[in-house]
Amino acid sequence: MAILITESTRIIVQGFTGKTGTFHAQDMINYGSNVVGGVTPGKGGQQHLGLPVFNTVKEAVTQVGAEASIVFVPPAFAADSIMEAADAGITYCVAITDGIPTQDMMTVKNFLRRFPIQKRMVLTGPNCAGTISPGRAMLGIMPGHIYMQGNVGIVGRSGTLGYEAADQMRSLGIGISTSVGIGGDPIIGSSHRDILQRFEEDVETKIVVMIGEIGGPQEVEAGIFAKEHMNKPLIAYIAGLTAPEGRRMGHAGAIISSAGESAAEKVAALRELGVTICPTPSAMGDTVAEVLARM
Amino acid sequence: MDIHEYQAKEILAKYGVKIAEGGLAYSPEESVQRAREIDGNVWVVKAQIHSGARGKAGGIKICRAHSEVKEAAEELLGKNLITHQTGPAGKVCSRVYIEAGTDIAKELYLCFLIDRSSECIVMIGSAQGGMEIEELAETNLDAIKKIYIEPAVGLQDFQARDMVFALGLEATQLSHAVKTIKGCYRALRDFDANMLEINPLVVTGSGELIILDAKMSFDDNALFRRHEIAELRDKTQGDSREVAAAEYGLSYVGLDGDIGCMINGAGLAMATMDMIKLAGGEPANFLDVGGGASAERTEKAFRLVLADTGVKAMLVNIFAGINRCDWIAEGVVHAVKNIDMKVPLVVRLSGTNVEEGQRIIAESGLPIITAGTLAEAAHKVVQARNEVVAGGR
Repeated sequence: MAILITESTRIIVQGFTGKTGTFHAQDMINYGSNVVGGVTPGKGGQQHLGLPVFNTVKEAVTQVGAEASIVFVPPAFAADSIMEAADAGITYCVAITDGIPTQDMMTVKNFLRRFPIQKRMVLTGPNCAGTISPGRAMLGIMPGHIYMQGNVGIVGRSGTLGYEAADQMRSLGIGISTSVGIGGDPIIGSSHRDILQRFEEDVETKIVVMIGEIGGPQEVEAGIFAKEHMNKPLIAYIAGLTAPEGRRMGHAGAIISSAGESAAEKVAALRELGVTICPTPSAMGDTVAEVLARM
Repeated sequence: MDIHEYQAKEILAKYGVKIAEGGLAYSPEESVQRAREIDGNVWVVKAQIHSGARGKAGGIKICRAHSEVKEAAEELLGKNLITHQTGPAGKVCSRVYIEAGTDIAKELYLCFLIDRSSECIVMIGSAQGGMEIEELAETNLDAIKKIYIEPAVGLQDFQARDMVFALGLEATQLSHAVKTIKGCYRALRDFDANMLEINPLVVTGSGELIILDAKMSFDDNALFRRHEIAELRDKTQGDSREVAAAEYGLSYVGLDGDIGCMINGAGLAMATMDMIKLAGGEPANFLDVGGGASAERTEKAFRLVLADTGVKAMLVNIFAGINRCDWIAEGVVHAVKNIDMKVPLVVRLSGTNVEEGQRIIAESGLPIITAGTLAEAAHKVVQARNEVVAGGR
């Protein structure tokens, strides 16, 4: 089944007519994603890439049945676009935008919590590469061809490190059910734990790879969830063994600011929780192959 | 982005928070002038550097005469101060803040920060100020009060009062203390700060509440709408290479090793540095060139990495998604030719248009070492580095 998106998911692009939105919308269409239109306020009624442009997300939902959206709106306006999607009844939103102020994301998360859980939009990102269910649909900016369809779920903060993992697996003939980028910012829509829960419930996913990094408590929280609630094996790699304390390593969220946030501490805590640790970033494919062979 | 203590105090004073009388000086003579303008007979000369724990590093001096103020300023100005927060390189002090001495009866701790777990602002306080909160958290967790603030409604009076009583303040101080706490919260919200730490917040002998030290750190992602904060940046407090990188829109962190790195994506960059370490080397830097790596950007990244004269070999690791390997390859070839590179270079390309990229590197005729996988790239660059060191170059 894969998680979050399939070939039938009706997708709209927010920030559709901009340069980035146009480029990636075309790429998603080429991959086979069911893109049904886009939103650019003030350009409603026009056609773009042969698809309708709407002024508001609500119009896109009522007129073309939009279910999922992808946000390419610039940082200053992105939080507003995400909240508009949630309000319009979009069920899944990927925010690609890098550079959204943290306090804006605080507002977004607070806004999302107002909806009852069954009606609450699922958000992944911001500052992520998106989500792909290989062979079915791509809601993101990744190079689709490196992902082979299969039974391994991937969840990670980083875009390119996720590509590295998928590529290592493909070279070993291992495919992926869905790969989810949750983003590198301090406050993000969905946590590692949220995505693990979806993979645990997905019949197609057999094992899950979590790609984490320094900073924040999320990887260890996910490990606790896996120990208590998951039957499927979990493999983890944590980047940043060489990262010094108190310095931001590219991602706004990648900073060791308190105890337990370094790569070594996270690895130790996850190992303690029974998670299979991938020792090096070049062994992600091999570690998955070993775990699969034991099943 | 961090700012100085005096800048944080200027911001907070506008929100009705009490600070001791003080002024900034760039020279010993100015320092004396500032001291003359301040009533009293005790002054504190405080080194303005972006770091806490300045007292232990000798960056804060109590003076009882104008001559002492001058001597203290002479000693501090131009001095490189090393605290456990600055790292071994230390930070240079180019301005001092002269403040009226405060009669301290009690030291408290107050901090506001964005909490990643609860996704809201948390206010942290303790009646035991002066020491570092990390230390206090280890020794006496019960002495720390945490109050979570609902983002939509903001800090309420009852929460501020709750904190006032947790800090052990008297009923007579209630209204001013509530005003102080709310002012701090307002400043944090209005200027997109990630963190505001007041350590110590002091009660004076006459029962007044004064902030004695203030540390504020701002969200880089919000500086586009906080010009007045962006203008406070003190470039002398950052690593010069990091400042140059930021001007090119590159993300760079200088480290202590000798293998230069240029990688796309923060996660892959950290992972590549881990691989270098596992292969027996030490990275000289973290450098994320980001998505749209043009030839110009690639050359700037190369110059930045190689500006560190300690670099003995360099690794380029690109996994092209939005990027294309052929563009990166052209940028690399162009950069190597333009820069007259003297250290060995290992390039690993993967992803979109990889064959074309490899062809460009191979046909360039340049002595570039290529690698197919992450592991191979790391081993080759460590080997190249070791050969340079063994060759005594």
